[in-house]
Amino acid sequence: MARRVIEIKNLTYSYPDGTDALRGINLEVFEGEILGIIGPNRAGKSTLLLHLNGILRGKGYIRILGLDISDGNLKKIRSKVGMVFQDPDNQLFMPTVFEDVAFGPLNMGLPKHEVQKAVTEALQKVDMLDSMKRISHHLSFGEKRRISIATVLSMKPEILVLDEPSSNMDPKHRRDLINFLKGLEITRIIATHDLDMVLDICNRVALIDKNTIVADGDVLDILSDKDLMEAHNLEVPYRITGYKTS
Amino acid sequence: MSKLHIDQYSNLESVIHHRDPRIKLIAFFALVLFIVITPPESFMTFALYGTFIFILILLSKIPIKYVIKRSIIIIPFVLIIVVFTPFLKKGSILWDYQIGSIKIAITYEGLIMLWNVLIKAYLSLLSMILLMASTRFINLIKAMRCLRLPKLVVMIFSFMYRYLFVLHDELTKMKYAKESRTMGDKRFFRIKVLSNMLGVLFIKSYERGESLYLAMCSRGFDGTIRTLDQDRLTKNDIFFLLLVAVLLAFIMMSGYFID
Repeated sequence: MARRVIEIKNLTYSYPDGTDALRGINLEVFEGEILGIIGPNRAGKSTLLLHLNGILRGKGYIRILGLDISDGNLKKIRSKVGMVFQDPDNQLFMPTVFEDVAFGPLNMGLPKHEVQKAVTEALQKVDMLDSMKRISHHLSFGEKRRISIATVLSMKPEILVLDEPSSNMDPKHRRDLINFLKGLEITRIIATHDLDMVLDICNRVALIDKNTIVADGDVLDILSDKDLMEAHNLEVPYRITGYKTS
Repeated sequence: MSKLHIDQYSNLESVIHHRDPRIKLIAFFALVLFIVITPPESFMTFALYGTFIFILILLSKIPIKYVIKRSIIIIPFVLIIVVFTPFLKKGSILWDYQIGSIKIAITYEGLIMLWNVLIKAYLSLLSMILLMASTRFINLIKAMRCLRLPKLVVMIFSFMYRYLFVLHDELTKMKYAKESRTMGDKRFFRIKVLSNMLGVLFIKSYERGESLYLAMCSRGFDGTIRTLDQDRLTKNDIFFLLLVAVLLAFIMMSGYFID
């Protein structure tokens, strides 16, 4: 059996103003899995993602790669869990592409030549090597997305966490992104409304609604369950309607 | 992609553009310093500084019109500060006028002070405009870093540059959204809407700051700013710095002998 890379038991989190954001979350992710996290708006998807690298710290049991979320482990966890945020303008904060992709490796304390190597490799992976010297605000949206992914790949993470990676992308770039994500070999966790992408990439899906996980299992089983999907403001993707009648 | 051009002439090819940004930063800082310490009545020295800057602008191939236009925007702000000094400063009276019981007088000392502030501000401004227009902002940021300016300050400058464009985009989008729903607006209404837009922009920036910090933390940021730098100075850069130093010294000395 594959190694357990994420282990969450009975995780609860409330916003500073007291409203519940997550309730009794139980989740296990195994090495190499591609987990889709789906659910309506404000269900708690992004909040859950922010727990995976210790940005938020709710009550409950969390182990990331066997490490608990403590101040001492934070640095290691953050270099192993690559988090790509939804808005590339928040992800890309340095003036040039190179500096942005180098930001993570530099913070990991890598020596100069290794930083350069990591940056080159990461940019190569997202096919943006030619843009190394460009200024971030001169990039198109699709390019910004790809660079955003490169900024965490340069840290050589073991887990890649993406929040709405396909939003605002034109169909071609969305398809390129899907193929790219499919081709990676690390554990991937993708929160999204793009259910077709979930069908294409993921081998497991967790449905979150009202701050808790309501279903967790095989992609086709969950996505084709009309009653379940519609009860949570989702719908069965058109291309699998009729796959299973319930 | 933003349509905001703040360094539109920074990609020209010229002797000034090709100088290392560190050298430029030092040279222009020295120039401003020399201008500021010039005694107010050394008119000849100011003329020489002016000529020097003018030659630098010519060498940089940046359109004079652009530099003048830029410099004029700032002048009103300087004027507001000093326009009353000729009336307020005590000294030998050049001209006075009696309105009822109030006496208005212009003094020589006051006029000299006005001239002093205006000419120094204007010459310094011209040199700063030349520096900014002939250097890409990111290179300027790198230069500050190399010259060991506090890392936090440099980081703030770099964020300012990066997010100026994002904010400009956001403001433009809001403007379009507002105009799409406006049918013949009144001036008062327009001001009111603008103030609301600025408020929204402020909150958006604040929230963006928060998410940005999270994104930084996610990539291992722990408060220490780490960067890579590898530029080397060329012979020409050193030569340029020496030349500027010699010229500045020459202008300052000549000022003492002529006046």
